[in-house]
Amino acid sequence: MLAGLAVVPLAFLAIFFVLPVGGMVGRGLHPDGHWAIAESLDVLGRSRIRRVLWFTVWIAALATAITVLLGVPAAYALHRLRFRGQRLLRALVVMPFVLPTVVVGVAFRTLLSRSGPLGFLGIDGSWVAILLALVFFNLAVVVRTVGGLWESLDSRAEESAAALGAGPVMVFRTVTLPALMPAIVSAATVVFLFCSTAFGVVLTLGGLRYSTVETEIYLLTTNFLDLQAAAVLSLLQLAAVLVLLVLTEVSRTRRERAVARSAVPHPRRPARGDAVPLALTALVVAFVVTPIATLVVRSLRVDGRWSLASYRRLGAPSSTDAVLVPVTEAIANSWRTAVDATLLAMVLGVIVATVVSRRPATRRGRRGLAVLDGVFMLPLGISAVTVGFGFLITLDRPPLDLRSSPVLVPIAQAMVALPLVVRTLAPVLRSIDPRQREAAAALGAGPVRAWLSVELPVVWRPLLAATGFAMAVSLGEFGATSFLARPERPTLPVVIYQLIARPTGESFGTALAASVVLAVLTVVIMGLVERLRVGSWGTF
Amino acid sequence: MRRTTHLAAATAVAIALAGCSLSSGETTQQSTAATASGPAGSSARPVKQVVLVTHDSFAAPKELLAQFTKDTGYTVKVTPSGDAGQVANKLVLTKGSPIGDAVYGIDNTFASRVVDAGVLDPYTPKAPAQGSQAYALKAGGDRLTPVDYGHTCVNVDTTWFAKKKLAPPRTFEDLTKPAYKNLMVAPGAPTSSPGLAMLLATIGRYGEGGVTGGWSVYWHKLVANGLKITSGWEDAYNVDFTQGEGKGDRPIVWSYDTSPAFTVKGGTSTTAALLNTCFRQVEYAGVIKGAKNPEGAKALVDWMQGRAFQQALPPNMYVFPVAQDAPLPADWQKFAKRPTKPYDVAPATIAAKRQQWLTQWQDITSK
Repeated sequence: MLAGLAVVPLAFLAIFFVLPVGGMVGRGLHPDGHWAIAESLDVLGRSRIRRVLWFTVWIAALATAITVLLGVPAAYALHRLRFRGQRLLRALVVMPFVLPTVVVGVAFRTLLSRSGPLGFLGIDGSWVAILLALVFFNLAVVVRTVGGLWESLDSRAEESAAALGAGPVMVFRTVTLPALMPAIVSAATVVFLFCSTAFGVVLTLGGLRYSTVETEIYLLTTNFLDLQAAAVLSLLQLAAVLVLLVLTEVSRTRRERAVARSAVPHPRRPARGDAVPLALTALVVAFVVTPIATLVVRSLRVDGRWSLASYRRLGAPSSTDAVLVPVTEAIANSWRTAVDATLLAMVLGVIVATVVSRRPATRRGRRGLAVLDGVFMLPLGISAVTVGFGFLITLDRPPLDLRSSPVLVPIAQAMVALPLVVRTLAPVLRSIDPRQREAAAALGAGPVRAWLSVELPVVWRPLLAATGFAMAVSLGEFGATSFLARPERPTLPVVIYQLIARPTGESFGTALAASVVLAVLTVVIMGLVERLRVGSWGTF
Repeated sequence: MRRTTHLAAATAVAIALAGCSLSSGETTQQSTAATASGPAGSSARPVKQVVLVTHDSFAAPKELLAQFTKDTGYTVKVTPSGDAGQVANKLVLTKGSPIGDAVYGIDNTFASRVVDAGVLDPYTPKAPAQGSQAYALKAGGDRLTPVDYGHTCVNVDTTWFAKKKLAPPRTFEDLTKPAYKNLMVAPGAPTSSPGLAMLLATIGRYGEGGVTGGWSVYWHKLVANGLKITSGWEDAYNVDFTQGEGKGDRPIVWSYDTSPAFTVKGGTSTTAALLNTCFRQVEYAGVIKGAKNPEGAKALVDWMQGRAFQQALPPNMYVFPVAQDAPLPADWQKFAKRPTKPYDVAPATIAAKRQQWLTQWQDITSK
């Protein structure tokens, strides 16, 4: 029955990912009806391509390492401890995730440019700036994925270890870390993929001096229409994702096991021993807040004076202020799209996570699930340009004549959110002792009843976290959306891009004001999701 | 616990109601357009849709689109499809199975690609706008109809130079002089349309080789003189330029010829465009080959050269109308001076050499 369920998300992936990417790669490698493999391989010989490959790998790896090192302590402080203002901080950390790259680019450059407050660092236009921005965008992934699992860990194992004389470091290393490892590996994989496919940040902050595989595909496809080289690079991305997935799979199966958990979280007040993680968390919050504060300040400054004029223009009717649609309307569009995308991502994500967290008795079954788990990560690692142009050339005939339909936008966003949902839920589901389910079955519960009474209570909180996450992804998503032929209902990030490209200072202010609104909107949504977590659902 | 359950359930229902699906929105949009078209449109002609493929900067007042529906009986569905380059590539990639009926926003730097790929049907408006011939393409003029144009040029912050008692630069040559070291910022050619225009302007000025050494020698000098490159015009102007919103530290920027009209303080502009450094970009409209509604597409191209649309171009898209009799905003008449002889590179040459030039440009600037 489970295998049957998996068909739905697989079909979705086949139609909205494999088909378009295959179409684009096919155009590149098989132009004018013959295979051009030899010429395609020449692409790899270009020295520029090799440089680009190397830069992509090391910047993404370094950014991932830093994100994990900062994110894990923050996850501890924000999800395991209890203090005033914690909910707000949790929501704050997720804000960067939804901000349009161009806006973050402007915020970072305002800070880092020679005349800016951090200009003395002299890192404007350097790879350090790119690195900082990558960490800025991805901290939320680590904090939420790791925090979700950490929160529900039973603290008794740690307490027993401590009672037996283990110091805090020893307890963390031998008890906590192994239990968290699956979530950390999960998050790190996602972050690495996000970093290696980032392109707006790399172009904006690197001052065009640095190129990654993703920016190269973007230039090759949108500027040169060199589909052959773009296809080769897309295949390279595919290969890289596969290698990464195999590596994480190996480390995961070695470490993962059922862990004791408590249905009710037991957050405690910070103690003296928490000084280091708390300090690191403060650093993380400062790091996230500074560029956003820059944005807020710039949105409130008009002609050298404090003013709310930029905010007043948000609701202005289109004809007078030359805004394509009032920003208020764009917010409504964003919201509708995000709801659709979230529903889609959650339904598919729960199915996939449930299926991949099973433990089949046979080796082949296990391997099958590992592959299934991996394929849903693919969309994160493949260029949005390739997928977007692929939609145009493959989804053009009935019954799949969808390319100019409004449903493509939420679908494209759901595909980005889906791996995050799976990665948030699967580690938690896997950590459930299968004997609980067997016990439920033995007591006469059907599969649905067993899921409701065994899995749901445990997975409830991560489920909410994943929903909020999917929503945030969809609200801020621009990459994939921008390569689709969109109907005339621009979402908020699209309007921000339009505004910021206009040659008037007014539009620039409005764009920044709209970005602040987008960030606040996200914080509110995440805050509401947090609120919903109160109460224990595990007791019915 | 009960309360939480109710709260969650209520929220779920609220989300479902408020969010709903996009498909319902589509019908509302069409019906409002039809209503706006009024009795004349609905009774005289059947309302039919025409799909316009365009770039993300397209902006036209709703009343104007409603008027088009009233006059012709066609409703317009606008499909923004990325920047001008992406629009061009999408047309080429979807040859034989087009994504719309008409296209607007292909400029002279991408015109050849679209014309050569044969993705457009020949069409010229029966009553062309006055003076629009001057902007017509030499090759492919029967397929692409000029709608608007704009220039990008070197812009200088005149107040900054006055304060420093330094004469502002006046030519491309000046920009490589030590007096102007580390003073200029420009958007990059591969990622920004104005950036590409700057590269093309220097190619128009210096050519590809010869006695002067060509554009690549000039760019080596520019980079050596501390030219700062950003990915987009947005942050060149709004972060680094001294008269931009961010009050940066570079008083020379590559920007639009209309930019001085947006920096007016107390009756004078604080910036000036160097009119002998400009490149002209003309935007065209055309009928896509294999369009489902070719008649509607032709009506749309006619309309874009018509008075109402031409007049709406400056305040909505910040470009000059090709119709010479279309009025300009007051600030533009006063402060947005247009070059008389902008640099020019033939669209066919651009199409043939774009990749080579840009790769070379990247090599020069990424050291």
